[in-house]
Amino acid sequence: MRTHVSVQQADFDVAALQAELQTDAAAVGAIATFTGYVRGGQGDSVISALELEHYPGMTETSIEHILRDSAQRWPLLAATVVHRIGILEPGAQIVWVGVSAGHRGDAFAACEFIMDYLKTRAPFWKKESGAGGSRWVDARDSDNARAARWQAQGE
Amino acid sequence: MLRVLFFGRIREELGCAHLSLEHDESTADLERLQQELVAANSEKWAQVLSADNIIRAVNQQVAQGNVALCDGDEVAFFPPVTGG
Repeated sequence: MRTHVSVQQADFDVAALQAELQTDAAAVGAIATFTGYVRGGQGDSVISALELEHYPGMTETSIEHILRDSAQRWPLLAATVVHRIGILEPGAQIVWVGVSAGHRGDAFAACEFIMDYLKTRAPFWKKESGAGGSRWVDARDSDNARAARWQAQGE
Repeated sequence: MLRVLFFGRIREELGCAHLSLEHDESTADLERLQQELVAANSEKWAQVLSADNIIRAVNQQVAQGNVALCDGDEVAFFPPVTGG
């Protein structure tokens, strides 16, 4: 499986990333993608900016590890993860996951698996800024529960 | 030497992103390194590093429980991750 991992400040072009996944036109039957955006929030929790910190080195290797895990579960042709860092505004693209496979079931499942593990394993931390100041975003039990579902299925 | 890194809320609360420590008997494993960091710094460090959800990584791999440290190791302390 071909993998492409990028942790970057710059925005990304979804169409270009998706085209990279389809270089083997004879084999690719399905591409599943996920794009995550910075939510602006509502009412008292409106945010003006989101700042993303990461652990250079460990971030990239942990994402590569997640992609290798996904390739052991499903027959995938290529997988890409792009995650932005730095200061992002509401509405900005923050993360992109794309997977190509022969068939849609594998592509859908692997895309969701990669995203669930990214949320719970890759060392990124978010800090929100708004009218009331700034605060670190807490990890959510629901994200851990989503990732844990795959462990139950893999055993 | 051991290189010690802090990230996210922990980095901010300690006011420290990284430091270096001699690798000796007092820093022979993760538990002793943590005790050494607490002993050598303010009360704030004891409070921040005692958080029960803190994640510790050695050479960029999450450590489960205590782990022996070798000279040149990179140790990191960070809160649960919130990317994606």
